[in-house]
Amino acid sequence: MAMKKIQILGTGCPKCKKLAENAEAAARELEIEFEIEKITDINEIMKFGVMMTPALAVDGQVEAVGKVLSPDEIKKMLG
Amino acid sequence: MKRELKIFAALVSIFVVAYALPLGNPKIQEGIQEAFRLLQWYARNHTLACVVPALFIAGAIITFLSQSSVMRYLGPRSNPISAYAVASVAGCVLAVCSCSVLPMFAGIYQLGAGLGPASAFLYSGPAINILAIFLSARVLGFSIGAARFIGAVIFSVAIGLLMALVFRKGERKKAEAVFQMPEPEKPRRGVAKTTAFLASMILFLIFSDWYNPSNVTVKTNYGKQFKAVIIHETKDMLRFQLEEDISENKMGDKLELQKTEIADMQEQKTWVIQLYHIRWYLAGLCGLAVLIMAQRWFERDELRLWMTNTWNFAKMLVPLLFGGVFVVGFISVLLPEKQVALWVGDNSLRSNLVASVIGAFWYFATLTEIPITQALMKLGMHKGPVLALLLAGPALSLPNILVIRKVMGNNKTLVFTLLVVVMATLTGIIFGTFF
Repeated sequence: MAMKKIQILGTGCPKCKKLAENAEAAARELEIEFEIEKITDINEIMKFGVMMTPALAVDGQVEAVGKVLSPDEIKKMLG
Repeated sequence: MKRELKIFAALVSIFVVAYALPLGNPKIQEGIQEAFRLLQWYARNHTLACVVPALFIAGAIITFLSQSSVMRYLGPRSNPISAYAVASVAGCVLAVCSCSVLPMFAGIYQLGAGLGPASAFLYSGPAINILAIFLSARVLGFSIGAARFIGAVIFSVAIGLLMALVFRKGERKKAEAVFQMPEPEKPRRGVAKTTAFLASMILFLIFSDWYNPSNVTVKTNYGKQFKAVIIHETKDMLRFQLEEDISENKMGDKLELQKTEIADMQEQKTWVIQLYHIRWYLAGLCGLAVLIMAQRWFERDELRLWMTNTWNFAKMLVPLLFGGVFVVGFISVLLPEKQVALWVGDNSLRSNLVASVIGAFWYFATLTEIPITQALMKLGMHKGPVLALLLAGPALSLPNILVIRKVMGNNKTLVFTLLVVVMATLTGIIFGTFF
């Protein structure tokens, strides 16, 4: 299986960190190959078309905007 | 590793302070006392009736109001009038956490409704979260709290329109991205129910924060009678502000009387004061209504989310606020009173300008602007500059300006900063003239 690229969009507030933790936990549980990238530059975030942080993108595709997803919800997106 | 370094740095600074603090110095002793006194005053007077309920409300707003529906009004192709209107009040709903303001600002500017509404949002957003407004009204006085809210909303629209006017020709650099809207969540209950729920909570806060304006009718031993407001009471003195002319003293004058000089003092029976006496019953009723609604209309998981969000706010804001109060109490003793009075002691153009420039560049951690201005007021800062500082303060700071510059470039940032300073100064002068 190809490696999943998980991107966390957010300027570094507590919610973004929480989302990153949850994403990592989800990916580990699924036992897939993954890398997590945190995107904190505001202009880079805008290139995704995201207005509300934190947001989650998988393989460059925005999956969720403006909320902290639970590990279970993220698993569905990775699966 | 970074985390461990931070902890180490904190331990080292505590050690240095504990090691070197000159406890023998009377100024330092006074400072420490004042720090604890101020902390106790916040703990006794503002925590249970204001900070705690406001945290629950902030949590409820984040949980039960759909933020995506607000953002819809600020998206591309939105109606300009409603975009300005929503941007100027959206801070109430969206900006409970100041770290979320900048991405939203960038989003509104590059993807959504454009420069005008984005500027309006950036100006009003950080200033009008529910806790900041209620706490300013309690700590700094009702008129300042109200003016902070109204000033932020009205002037944000003005700043937005001016920004749009100044840069009407400049093509805005549209981000090449599809606008990603958060998925609309299907509402679990009608708008009316959510509104009633939030309204009851806000009413609770309004009643529990209801203050006694202390309007009294005083009879002195020499047979004079006058109406006045008590400004300050000590063990055997009372300080009044007159509400009517009496012989040599005019309305608005301040007057000090020994308690022994006062024959009789009656509360005026205004509705504000009568409501003050029953405020806890009214607040109790609202609280009960909130509990019943929560029980009947909301599901378990939603309530749990509400509590989680409330707790997150508490973790974020409480240390900032009370830490800020403590530090401000300490420092306020060391501040030279004369300098404060010299720079911001009156309602002149210069005082207001100084206050708004400082506010625009200085970084205030969320809510700490309140104890800071409170301390400055005690040292003689005039109400006009206080408002100027409160308006310019949360909207801008040096770190903030650097991020904004990255989003919209040098010229627009410069004009925006100037507008904020000018508007805050003007609002301060106007407010200071009347109050």
